[in-house]
This record gives sequence, structure tokens and C-alpha cells, in this order.
Amino acid sequence: MAAAAAGPGQGSGPGGSPEGPEADGPERRRKAHGMLKLYYGLSEGEAAGRPAGPDPLDPTDLNGAHFDPEVYLDKLRRECPLAQLMDSETDMVRQIRALDSDMQTLVYENYNKFISATDTIRKMKNDFRKMEDEMDRLATNMAVITDFSARISATLQDRHERITKLAGVHALLRKLQFLFELPSRLTKCVELGAYGQAVRYQGRARAVLQQYQHLPSFRAIQDDCQVITARLAQELRQRFREGGSGAPEQAECVELLLALGEPAEELCEEFLAHARGRLEEELRTLEAELGPSPPAPDVLEFTDHGGSGFVGGLCQVAAAYQELFAAQGPAGAEKLAAFAQELGRRYFVLVERRLAQEQGGSDNSLLVRALDRFHRRLRAPGALLATAGLAEAATEIVERVARERLGHHLQSLQAAFLGCLTDVRQALAAPRIAGKEGPGLAELLANVASSILSHIKASLASVHLFTAKEVSFSNKPYFRGEFCSQGVREGLIVGFIRSMCQTAQSFCDSPGEKGGATPPALLLLLSRLCLDYETATISYILTLTDEQFLVQDQSPVTPVSTLCAEARETARRLLTHYVKVQGLVISQMLRKSVETRDWLSTLEPRNVRAVMKRVVEDTTAIDVQVGLLYEEGVRKAQSSDSSKRTFSVYSSSRQQGRYAPSYTPSAPMDTNLLSNIQKLFSERIDVFSPVEFNKVSVLTGIIKISLKTLLECVRLRTFGRFGLQQVQVDCHFLQLYLWRFVADEELVHLLLDEVVASAALRCPDPVPMEPSVVEVICERG
Amino acid sequence: MEDDAPVIYGLEFQARALTPQAAETDAIRFLVGTQSLKYDNQIHIIDFDDENNIINKSVLLHRAGEIWHISASPADKGVLATCYNKTADSKVLTCAAVWRMPAELEPGGHESPEDAASPAHSLELLCRLDHAARGSTACVAWEPAGDGKRVISLADNLILLWDLQESSSQALLASSASLEGKGQLKFTTGRWSPHHNCTQVATANDTAVRGWDTRTMSQVYCIESAHGQLVRDLDFNPNKQYCLASCGDDCKVKFWDTRKVTEPVRTLEEHSHWVWNVRYNHSHDQLVLTASSDSRVILSNMVSISSEPFGHLVDDDDLSDQEERRPEEKSQEPPQDSVIATYEEHEDSVYAVEWSSADPWLFASLSYDGRLVVNRVPRALKYRILL
Repeated sequence: MAAAAAGPGQGSGPGGSPEGPEADGPERRRKAHGMLKLYYGLSEGEAAGRPAGPDPLDPTDLNGAHFDPEVYLDKLRRECPLAQLMDSETDMVRQIRALDSDMQTLVYENYNKFISATDTIRKMKNDFRKMEDEMDRLATNMAVITDFSARISATLQDRHERITKLAGVHALLRKLQFLFELPSRLTKCVELGAYGQAVRYQGRARAVLQQYQHLPSFRAIQDDCQVITARLAQELRQRFREGGSGAPEQAECVELLLALGEPAEELCEEFLAHARGRLEEELRTLEAELGPSPPAPDVLEFTDHGGSGFVGGLCQVAAAYQELFAAQGPAGAEKLAAFAQELGRRYFVLVERRLAQEQGGSDNSLLVRALDRFHRRLRAPGALLATAGLAEAATEIVERVARERLGHHLQSLQAAFLGCLTDVRQALAAPRIAGKEGPGLAELLANVASSILSHIKASLASVHLFTAKEVSFSNKPYFRGEFCSQGVREGLIVGFIRSMCQTAQSFCDSPGEKGGATPPALLLLLSRLCLDYETATISYILTLTDEQFLVQDQSPVTPVSTLCAEARETARRLLTHYVKVQGLVISQMLRKSVETRDWLSTLEPRNVRAVMKRVVEDTTAIDVQVGLLYEEGVRKAQSSDSSKRTFSVYSSSRQQGRYAPSYTPSAPMDTNLLSNIQKLFSERIDVFSPVEFNKVSVLTGIIKISLKTLLECVRLRTFGRFGLQQVQVDCHFLQLYLWRFVADEELVHLLLDEVVASAALRCPDPVPMEPSVVEVICERG
Repeated sequence: MEDDAPVIYGLEFQARALTPQAAETDAIRFLVGTQSLKYDNQIHIIDFDDENNIINKSVLLHRAGEIWHISASPADKGVLATCYNKTADSKVLTCAAVWRMPAELEPGGHESPEDAASPAHSLELLCRLDHAARGSTACVAWEPAGDGKRVISLADNLILLWDLQESSSQALLASSASLEGKGQLKFTTGRWSPHHNCTQVATANDTAVRGWDTRTMSQVYCIESAHGQLVRDLDFNPNKQYCLASCGDDCKVKFWDTRKVTEPVRTLEEHSHWVWNVRYNHSHDQLVLTASSDSRVILSNMVSISSEPFGHLVDDDDLSDQEERRPEEKSQEPPQDSVIATYEEHEDSVYAVEWSSADPWLFASLSYDGRLVVNRVPRALKYRILL
């Protein structure tokens, strides 16, 4: 075929091949292919190698479509010399010859193929004729078969109808037989206790009997049936009332009775009454478990019992009721709801009583698990009885318990705090016996802080159980919102921190200020504790709480800053109180020493009085104590390099300058003027001023209080010459040792100068001691 | 305001004793007693001229000794009592005596200051309130509403009631009572109640405050540990029975109802050192003055426990036309107890503060360095109380 198609294609382009037939075989074939391709409109990709031929429209192009022999010949003749003409002539002849032979071959081949095709067609014609004959025969056979079949069905028609009729009669007869046998069957069923069967029979027959009751025979059957049915109903009721056979069977009875057409209203009353009896039995069992005498089972067991016994029963009742009395409509549902509500309330009362017993306990996980069971169990009837509101009530109970738990935790935290304080008191009281320092204050503080923190964490952890994912009530809005924010964060944590501050502050306001009921070290420790809370612990605890409980509630919560401010205020008050208490202790010592001495008739001073040494010792002890808990603080720069000697020289020279005029007889005005002028340049000293949180500030406060007391006491006495000198010695001694404790040593100078000046004024015969002698006495001891 | 500026007067000596001249109701006059061991002590009679803001003084010599306490007779302008120290044989004795001022000084102010400065005038001793066995006297108190014939003196642990006879020239010990207890008990101060026909006296010893009935000289009530430390001073509310103010070394001022002594009614804690003196204003008892050794005088407004009710019960609408600021004041909420003013003119401990007996809006305070400051109640407050 391809050859046949190629034939005309080649025919159009034989002259196009400029090469002679003798040209290389494959070369030629390719050319021929190129032509074919051109003919069929294929792109001449392969022929691209050829030099771009002349314009295809050129009539002189041998291979072009528009070849015009005349023009070509003309051109040749005009352009070419003779030799070339000759050459092209030979060339053309050769080409024509080659083309001719090609054509011959093609024609030959095609002819053979044509012959064989003709043969095949002839054979086919033969076969078809045979087949047509067979088809004809088949058609006639089919016609015969159809004919026969029609005849057979015509014959059977009659008999078929008769059979149908007979079958109908048979069915009717069976029904009738059933009816006639019904009374006996029913009786038998009743006797056998197959009530279900009986009721089914009765149900089937009832409509028919109703319809044909005008026929006497049927009427008799109906009467019989009614009698039996009545008996059946009776028996069913009997069984129902006896009630011993459990809820499912009862439900069956009711179902049968309903099928018998008993009044539903009455039935559902009775049904509920029975159910109530059973459930009340359950409740009594629970109450017995609750009772005081037997060892009460743990709360988990209790709720389990309640859940399986009472709640399970209630579920069954509700499910059966809804199934049986669905036709009752809303009135029935209301009845059930009321029923469930009443019993549920009693159940809740029991549960709450049990839970109340649990309040004191410390095992939160058990309680939470019990609550979880309780709540989970009640969700099932909750779905059944949405109107009874059992689930809501249960949630409420759980919430209440959770709240109470929070309160309980708060109390136990407070108790733990107080316990810590008692421990500290004991620890503070104890070490005196041991002779050594005992546990250091810092250690005690760390103990208290860590113990409180661990208590808080334990409380948080156990409260956290309420919001655990697997607990059924944790996704209730209360537990997601209010419980976390108001309950745990505000109620428990903030509440505890507040109460802690209050407890601490109450030590400041204790009426027995004088008795010193609170050891000062405790005040100091609490103050540091509060300060630590302010700086770190509060924010840590609150962050911890917020993280654990993911507080999402929008309600306003106490910000950290407020709490911190409260804690700081508490710390400040405690520290101030500490300063006052310690100041008072030293003041009392100084005051007694001034008040009880007879200053007029005292002897020439040889020693520093023991009280002053005691004051210095106590101050040193306080310094050590405060140093355990508080940082050093800032002093005025001048003290850093002021050595003892320069100090004493400075001070004694200063002292001399101060009260020199007062013992040289001069006008009294001078003294006043001098001291007034001096005061103009010194700052007013606030004695009981608020303290800062560092050691120096605390010590400064204590020393200020003590020295001011000394001053006031000195002013109330009258001194002899030696009395004055004793004061001089004492003050110098204090100066030597107290300056190192205070922020501004100038303050100590001022106050002590004033003491000496006042003593000089209160002395009728003021002859001060030589400063050098004072120094010698002081250095001696 | 110029009028509100304090007036300051300086004494040459240290001083603790200050009293208003109780019998004087026209002139503003205070008596100050000095303390000096080396020189003759003096009593300065300070007349304050309200119109011109000037102080006139007269000086009387008190040769007996340094004055620790001074009190003026409520009936006779010229009579006063002092407690003074006598140093003898290297022993200090505190005595008490009743004195009369020289007659020519009595009217006050008509003499020129230069004359008064001359040390010619001296007190005339009327009688001593001493007894050989008595210890040192801490305080002398006159019967407030009486005729100047009955005086209480407190000596160590004794409370002595004297009858002054023959124009005070003779003192008879009418009755006495003593305070018994552990250790050496010593009265520090006492105050005569103006109520109940002046039959009650309150005394302070250490931290306790005690009430006495002068008819039977027996203890009526006792506030044990009224203050954390020593009680320094007492004062009765002049207009309200049973109300007593006390102050002490715990820096607090406490207000008591003597019928219920377990708890103070109010507590003030404004001072930063011992409070030495507390005084109710005679007419407007919500105004309370306190003096402290922190060199401050504080005037407090104790509205909530004053005898004057909140606001005014009298419906004063008909009076209000002349006052324009009335409405805005009316709209204010009832005033709270508050500190009205803190006076910082002193530079040493203030041991005494007293209201003037003549002008209820004026008071004087005395500090140890001998500085006497006369101050007034702020005018705004005065108007608010009056109107």
C-alpha cells in the first residue's frame, strides 16, 4: 500500500533529482524519501543539510512545484555553453532512464498484490452463500417451538386458577383454626408461664375478633379470650407487684401489660413506685455504710457503691421507663424527672455527708477519683433525664467540694506556716543550752522558706488534680475558669501570702510590747522572709500557679506588684519593729543605769561602767545577728578609712571645743548660743525613722534610739563633778566602739556630744576630765 | 499669712516648766520656769499682745532652785505653785511650794520691760507643800474649778491632798493615799479631772495610769500598761466626761474612756520620739496638742472622739447667707481624724506645750534650750470649726 501511495508522489518529482540514476543508492533513496515527506507535508528535518535550494516558485527549478520546462530550456539554452548543454542533456537522459526502471518495478509489485486480493474476495463470496441457508432453517424451527408453547399454556390455565383458590381457603381455615384453638392455647401459655407468647396471640386475634363479633361463634371465642386475658393480666400484675425478679423482668411485665391494653398512666405510677422501693433500698444500704458505727469504707468505695447501686438502678429505671412509656408524651417525662429529682436529691445528701467526712483528710487524689467516679456515673442519667438536672446538681456538689478543699488547703498552709514559726521559736530558744550558736539564722530562714514553698507546691499539686484532663468534670466552666483564677490563685495562693503577711504583722502589734513576747530574732527572720517574698518568691509562686492552672479567666486578679508591695510593707514594719524592740532593750539598760545611780556623790571614774560594755557587746551581737540575714548596706564614705586613732583625736578635740566655754565661768548665754548655733548646722535627727533593708540602717536605728534615750535620761539628773566625768568616759567609750556600726558616724558624734554637753549643763561644778585621761581609761578597758 | 507666723521668745536658761495663767481670761499670759544649777532661777511672765504680735515679759526670781514643774492657781492670778530642785549636801531634793507674785506685777504688762528685767522682784513664799518624810515632789495640780484652795501634790509614791487656808499661807494636809506595790513606785505626773465636781484625779506611774477619788482617796480605776514604756503626761477632755488622753515614751498618744480601760479608743503614732506632753483645747476638744523630744509639736484634729458632733446638728441654713464658701464646705465629707499641723520651730526637745487660757486658738510650746514659741491654730481650720 505504501508503495501505491508512494507511486504518484514519486511521479511528481522524478525530474527533481539532479543526480543521475547511477548516483549512490542510499543517497537516492533518501532523496526520494525527502520528496515523499514534502508531499505529505512533513517537516523536512533531515533534509536540512541540503543547501537551501533556489526559490521554490522558481520555474527553472527542476524539483520545484512550478517547474516550467519551456522556461527551463530557454534558460539553459540562453545561459549555458554548448559543452554544458551537452552534459546536462546526458545527465537528464540518464535520470529519465533510471526513473522509468523504478516505475516498472513498482508497477510489477503492485500487480502481484492485486491478484492475490482478488482471490481472497472470491473465496469469501462462496462461504457466505452457505451460511445464509443455515439461517433460514433456524427461523423455521423457532416458529414451530413458539407454536407448541402457546398450546401448552392454554391447556394449563384452568388448573392454575383452581390451585390459587384452594390455597386461599387453606389459609383462611388455618386462621379459623387458630381462632378456635386460641382459648386453649392461651390457657396453656398462661399455665406454662409463657406470657409473652400469650400476649402475642391475643394481640393477633384481637382485631379479627373485634371485627366478627356479631357472629355468635366468634363471640364465644372472644368472650373466652377476654376471660383468659383478664386472668393473664391479673397474673402479670401479680408478678409485677411481687417485684422480686429485678428491673428487666418487671419492665417485661409492664411491656406485656401495656400490650394487653392496660391503662398506661396507672402502670407508670406503679412502675415508678416499685422502682422507688428498690432504689430506696439502695439508699438505705448506702446510709448504713455511712453510719457511724461500722468502719466506713473509703470514699472511693462509697461512691463506687453509690454509682453502681443507686445510679445504675436509676439508669435502668429511666431507660425502661422511657422505652415503655414513650407514648405518654411530656407528662410522662415530667413524672420521671420529678421521680429522679427526688431520689437524686436524697442520694446527693448522702454523698455530701460522706464527702464532708472526707474534708479533714489529706488524700486529695482519692477524693478526686471518688468525685470523678461520682460525676461520671451521673452523666449517663443526666443524658437520659436532662430535665431532672442531676448532672448539674452533681457538678455543683463537685464544685462545692473543690471549694471546701481549697479552704482546707489554705488552712493547712496557714497551720504549716505557724508550725514553722513555732519551730523557729524553739530553735531560737534552744541553742543557749548548747553553748554554741546552734543553727544559724540564715539556715533557719532557708528552712522556713523551703518548707513553706514545698507546702505550697504540695497544695498546688494536690489541688491540680481537680483540673487533670482525665477527670470528667475538669472541662466544666467552673473548673476551667473560676476555680483556677478565683479559687486557686486568689483564694489559695494570694490568700495565703496575705495571711502570712498578716500573721507576721501581728507580731508588730502584739500588746505585750514590753514583755518582748516575740523573740527579736524571729522578727528579723520574718522580715527577711517577707523581703525575699517580695523580691522573688511571690512572682515565682504566682508564675508557677499561672502555668499550672493556665488561668484564662478574665476576672481581675491581684497583680504581683500589689502583693509584693504588701510583702515589702510587712518586711519594713517587721524590721522597724525589730529596731524598736532592740533599741528598747538597750535603752532600758542605759536608762536604768542613769536613773539608779547617785551621780552627785559618785567617785572619780576609774573605769568605763559595765553597762556601757554591755551595750557595746549587745550591739555587736545584734550586728552579728542582722549580718546573718541582711546585707551590709552603705556607709558614708568617710568612715571607710577612718581609723580608730584619727577618730578619737578628732572627737576629743571636738568635744573640748564644744563645752570648753561652759566650765570657764562666762555668761550663760554663751552655752546656749553655742549649742544653738551648732544645731543650726547639724541636721535634725529623726530617732525612730523608718529603716532600710540593710544591716547598717538597722544598727543605725538601734543606736540612735539608745543614744537619744541616754540623752533624755541624762537631762533629768543632776551630776556632780565626777558624775560628769563618768559620763564623759562612758560616752568616749561608746564613741570608740559604736561608730563602726552606723551609716554616718557623724550621727554618733553628734548624739554623744549632746549627751556630754547636757551632762555638763546639769552639773553645778562642771570640771571635765582631761581627754588624754579619758582615752587611757577607755583603752584600758 | 503674717498672722499665722509663730512668735519666738528666747530664755537664757534651759527650761521645762510652762503653764498658762489659768485665772487670767483676758490677757494671753504664760508662766515659764527655768532650770539652772549655777544661777538664780527665774519665772518669766510672758504676755502676748495679740494685736501687735509682740511679746512682753516680766521676770521674777525664784531663788529656791531650778523649776521642774509650775502650775497657776485657777482662782487667784497672783498665786502659783512650783516643784523645784534643791541641791544640798550632795543630795537633790525636789520640793513644792505655793508662791505669790509681787502685787505690782499682777495686772501684767503695764510696766516697761526694762524695769521688769531688773532683778528686783522676787516671789513671795506663801507656804511649802512639804513634809519631812515626803520624798521628792513630781507635780502639783490645782483643783480646776475650785476657789484655789485645794491642791494635789504627788511625791514619790504618795498622793497628797492639801487644803490651803488663810489666803494660801497655810497648807493643811487634808488626806493622802499611797501607792503600794513591788519595787520603788514613783508617780511621774497627775491631772485633776474637771468633771464630777472635781472629785477625780488621774496619776501616772511607770506604764500605768490610775484614777483616784479625792473624797475617799482610793483608787477608782487603773490602766495597767497604758503605754509600752513610761507614761509622760495625761490630760482630761474638758468637755467630755471619762475621756482621758495619755502620752509616753513609746511615741504614742492614746485616748481612753476611763469606763473601759482595756483598750484605748484611739492611738496616734505621729511622733518619732518620746511624747512629753498632751493637751486638749479647752473649748474645742477635737484639737489636741502634743510635744515631743523629736523637737516637734503636733496639732491633731480628733474629730471622731470630740464632744462636738460631726458637722453641725443645728440647722444653720438661715445663717448661711452671709457666708459664700458654706456650700462647698457642706459638700465635703465629714472630716477625718488627722494631723493638722506639725510645728518645727524648736531645735531641741520640746518638754511642754500649753493652750492659752484666754484665747482658744493660741498656744505656746517650750523646748529645753529655752525657746518659747507662740503659735496659732491655722485660720482655715478655725473658720471651719466656728462656722
